[in-house]
Amino acid sequence: MLSPNLKADFPKLNSEIEDFNLQHIHRSTHTNTDRSIRNMISDAVEDEEKWLTAGIAGLQQNAFYMHRALDSNNVKDALKYSAQMLSELRTSRLSPHKYYELYMRAFDELRKLEIFFKEESRRSCSIIELYELVQHAGNILPRLYLLCTVGSVYIKSKEAPAKDILKDLVEMCRGIQHPLRGLFLRSYLSQVSRDKLPDIGSEYEGDENTVMDAVEFVLQNFTEMNKLWVRMQHQGPAREKEKREKERNELRDLVGKNLHVLSQIEGIDLEMYRDVVLPRILEQVVNCKDELAQYYLMDCIIQVFPDEYHLQTLETLLGACPQLQPSVDIKTVLSGLMDRLSNYAASSVEVLPEFVQVEAFAKLNSAIGQVIEAQPDMPVFGAVTLYSSLLTFTLHVHPDRLDYVDQILGACVSKISGKGKLEGKATKQIVALLSAPLEKYSDIDIALKLSNYPLVMEYLDDSTNKVMSNVIIQSIMKNKTHISTADKVGALFELIKGLIKDLDSDSNDEMDEDDFKEEQNFVARLIQMLYNDNPEEMLKIICTVKKHIMTGGPKRLPFTIPPLIYNALKLVRRVQSQEENASEEATASATPKKIFQILNQTIEVLSTVPVPELALRLYLECAEAANDCDLEPVAYEFFTQAYILYEEEISDSKAQVTALYLIIGTLQRMHTFGVENRDTLTHKATGYSAKLLKKPDQCRAVYACSHLFWAEDQEGIKDGERVLLCLKRALRIANAAQQMANVTKGSSGSVILFIEILNKYLYFFEKGNTQITVASIQGLIELVTNEMQSDSATSDPAADAFFSSTIRYIQSQKAKGGATAEKFEPIKV
Amino acid sequence: MVLVLAIGDLHIPHRAADLPAKFKSMLVPGKIQHIICTGNLCIKEVHDYLKSLCPSLHITRGEYDEDSRYPETKTITIGQFKLGLCHGHQVVPWGDLDSLAMLQRQLDVDILVTGHTHQFKAYKHEAGVVINPGSATGAYSSVTYDVNPSFVLMDIDALRVVVYVYELIDGEVKVDKIDFKKTSTATI
Repeated sequence: MLSPNLKADFPKLNSEIEDFNLQHIHRSTHTNTDRSIRNMISDAVEDEEKWLTAGIAGLQQNAFYMHRALDSNNVKDALKYSAQMLSELRTSRLSPHKYYELYMRAFDELRKLEIFFKEESRRSCSIIELYELVQHAGNILPRLYLLCTVGSVYIKSKEAPAKDILKDLVEMCRGIQHPLRGLFLRSYLSQVSRDKLPDIGSEYEGDENTVMDAVEFVLQNFTEMNKLWVRMQHQGPAREKEKREKERNELRDLVGKNLHVLSQIEGIDLEMYRDVVLPRILEQVVNCKDELAQYYLMDCIIQVFPDEYHLQTLETLLGACPQLQPSVDIKTVLSGLMDRLSNYAASSVEVLPEFVQVEAFAKLNSAIGQVIEAQPDMPVFGAVTLYSSLLTFTLHVHPDRLDYVDQILGACVSKISGKGKLEGKATKQIVALLSAPLEKYSDIDIALKLSNYPLVMEYLDDSTNKVMSNVIIQSIMKNKTHISTADKVGALFELIKGLIKDLDSDSNDEMDEDDFKEEQNFVARLIQMLYNDNPEEMLKIICTVKKHIMTGGPKRLPFTIPPLIYNALKLVRRVQSQEENASEEATASATPKKIFQILNQTIEVLSTVPVPELALRLYLECAEAANDCDLEPVAYEFFTQAYILYEEEISDSKAQVTALYLIIGTLQRMHTFGVENRDTLTHKATGYSAKLLKKPDQCRAVYACSHLFWAEDQEGIKDGERVLLCLKRALRIANAAQQMANVTKGSSGSVILFIEILNKYLYFFEKGNTQITVASIQGLIELVTNEMQSDSATSDPAADAFFSSTIRYIQSQKAKGGATAEKFEPIKV
Repeated sequence: MVLVLAIGDLHIPHRAADLPAKFKSMLVPGKIQHIICTGNLCIKEVHDYLKSLCPSLHITRGEYDEDSRYPETKTITIGQFKLGLCHGHQVVPWGDLDSLAMLQRQLDVDILVTGHTHQFKAYKHEAGVVINPGSATGAYSSVTYDVNPSFVLMDIDALRVVVYVYELIDGEVKVDKIDFKKTSTATI
C-alpha cells in the first residue's frame, strides 16, 4: 500500500517521473509514436490505475475499522479511522475522473458516519461536542470533510441557526486551496447542505435565517469554486495546456451545480434575482477573466434560470457580453439565448406582450451589433448564425414586424458584402436564414416584400442560389400560392434566376442530366402557379415570364416554353368567351389576336434549340385555338408553320407517322377555313400520307385522310366522292403491299389492312355516304375471305379475330331493326 | 374483385402542376391491383408516382410523353375481361365513338380505354364498352372546354364490371357509377 506521504518523501523523483511521462504524451501527438513511448504512456495510465486501486484499498480497509467502531459506539475510534480513510483523498496523483471514483466511495461511507453522528448526538455526545471533536483530526482535508458531515447533523438539530453553521463551513473550506481537492470538498459541502438551506417554506427558515442567507451561502461557495477552477488553468507547464483544459471540462459541472441550486431556491423572486443573484454571478464571471469558465457559465445561466427572468434582465445579461474575454465564443452563447427566448415565445401567446415591453428585439439587435463590431475577425458563418437566431426569434415574437425582418437581412448584407461569394458552412446558414421567412409566412408575397431579400441572394454562389431557388419554389407549390401580378412574377424570377439561366458564363459544373430535367420541370410547374383573373394582368404576367425564360438558352427552352404556351392558350379561351359576351371594344390589349402573335413568336424561338416535333405540336394546338376564335388567317399561318416543320425537320419515320396523325386529326376539326385554304391543306396532308416510308403506314394515313372530307356537324363538309377516292387509294396501296409481300417473303402478307379498310367502308356506309355501295362492301368481304382461305396465306390470329368481330358487327346492325337493319340487310356474310 | 385504375392525360408539367390534392389523398398504394394509363403523363416523376401506387402499370404512348418506348396500343386480360388501351390521338376523328369502336374490333377487346379528349366517357354498344377516364389534372385540351379533373376505377368481378368515375367539380369529388355485364365469354 503506497503511503500517501511518498510524494512528500521523494518529491523530486515523483515529479520527474510525471514530467517525463507527460513530455512523451505531448510529443507523441506531434510525431509518429515509437512503440516504447507508447508503452510509457500506457504505463502512466496504468500507474494511475494502480494508485486508484491502492487508494480504494486503503479507503476500504479504514472503512472496515470505522464500521467496527460504529457498531461498538466507539466515537474516538470512529473518528480516528474515518480521518484515516479520508486521507486517501489527499492524493495529488489522480486525474479528476479517477479522483471522482475515490470521492464517491468516501461519500458513501460518510453517509453512514452521518447517521451515526445523529444517533450519538442523542445518546452521549452532544452535537456541539462532536463539532469540536472532529477538529482534532490531524490533516486539514479529513478534518473539513468530517466538519461538514457533523455540520449537516448540527443544522438538522436546529440547536444553532442554519446560517451560522453554513457560514462557518463555507469559510473554513478556504483552508483547501488545491483546485481539485478544493472543488470536491466544496462539492461535498453543497451536496450535504442542499436540503438544509433556509428557503421559503423550509423548516430551517426563521427570524434569524432567511432566504438571503441561503443565497449568500450558495453564492460564496460558487465564487470560491470558480476561483479554484480557474486556478487549474495556470497550474503546471504551458505545454500541458490541452490536458489541463480537458480535465477542467470534466469538472465544470461541479461549479455549475451551484447555479442549479440557486435556480431551485424558491425564495428567489424576480427582484432578488435581478438585484442580487445575477449581478453577483456576472461579477464573478467577468472578473475571473477565464475563457473556459466564462463560456460555460454564461451558457449555464441561460439554461438554468427561467426565461421570464432572462427577459426582464436582458440588458444586464447582454451588458456582460462585451466584457468577456475576446476569445469566448459569444455567438454561440447569444444564439443559445435567442433560441431559448424563441421557444418561450412559441410556447404561449400570452408572453408576447412582455417581449414588446422590454424591447427585447432592440436590445438583442444592438448586442449582436456590438459583438460583431468588437470581433472584426469573426468568420462570416458566425455572423450569419447570429442573425439566423435573431431572425428565428423575430419570426416567433414579432411575426408582423416585417421591418424587423428586413432590418436583420440588411445587417446581414452589410456583413457579407465585400467578402465575395460565400462558401462552406456559411452557405448552409444563409439558406437557413432565407428559408425561415418562407416557412413562417406561407405566402411568398411577403418574402417578396422584403427589400433586402434579393440583396442577400446576390451573394450566394451559383449552386447555393439553385438550392435556395428550389426552396422557394417548393414553398410556393406546398402552399399552393398563386402569384398574381406581373411585378411579383418579375421579382420572383429575379430571385430564382439561378434556375432560369446560366449565371456564370463559364460555369463548368456539368449537371447530371436527370437532375437538370428535374430542376427545369420544377420551373415548369412553377409557371402553372402564375395566375390572375384579370386578362390584362395575366397577359402582362405571360410577357414577363417570356422575357425571363428567353434568357435560359436552348437547354432550358423545351422545358419552360410549353407551360407558358398553355397558360397563354388558357387565356385565349377566357378572353374569347369574354369577347363574345362583351360588346364594347375597349382598348384592351388582351385580345386573342395579340396573344396569338406572342404565341407565334414564342414557338418560333424553339427553332433555336431545335425541337421540331414539339414545335409542330404547339403550332397545331394554336391552330385549333385560332379556329375556335374564327381567325382564319392566324390558323392558316400556324398550319403553314407546322407543315414546314414536317417537310423540313421531321425525318424519322415513326415521328412522321405520329406528326401526320396530329395534322390530320387537327385539320379534320377545322371549320374556319374557306374552300381554297382547306383544299391546299388537305391536298398536302394526303400527299404526305402517300409518301410515308412504309406501305402499311401509307395505307392507314390515307384512309385516315378520308375523314377530312366528312364532318359530322350540319355545316360541315360531306364530300362522299372524295371520301371514296381516299378509300380506293388506300386499297390500291394495300394491294401493292400484298404484292410486295409475295415477292419479298414468298407468301402473301397479312390481310389486316383490307379488314381495316372494310371497316372504314362500313363507317361511311352507316353515316349515309351514298358513294359507298353494298356491292363494294360485298366485294371487300369476299376479297378478305378468299385471301384468308388461300394456300399462301400466313395465319394471323389478330386478323382473324378482327374479321370475326367485323362480321359480328354487321350482323348486330342487321339485328337492330328499323332503318339500320334495312340498310345492312343486303350485305351477305 | 379486382380494382383497376384507369387514368391519363395528366400533362405534368406542361399543362398542370400536380394532381389535385383530393385525388392524391384518395389514391393510396396497396388498394389497386392494376393501373391502365392512356398516356401523356408526361415525365418520369409521374410514371414513378403511378408505379408506387401499384406495380402492375400499363401505359400507352401519348404524343407528349417523354418516354418514347411506351407502345401505341396494349391489350390486357383481367379476369374474364379483355381490356384494350390506346391514347387515342391516332384514331381520327378524335373522340368519334364509331371510329373507336373500330379500334375495339381490331384489338378484339371487351373494354377499350382511350384518352386524348380529356372528357370522361363511358359508352356501351353491342360489342363492348368504350371508356375515357378524362384528364386526372383537368389539363387544357384543344378538343374540350372546361375540363374537370377525373379518373375511373373499375371493379371487375367475374362477368360484371362496375365503372366508378370520380370527378372534381368546384372543389368537391363527385362519384358516379355504371354497371356492365358480360353475357358470355365472347361479347358483352
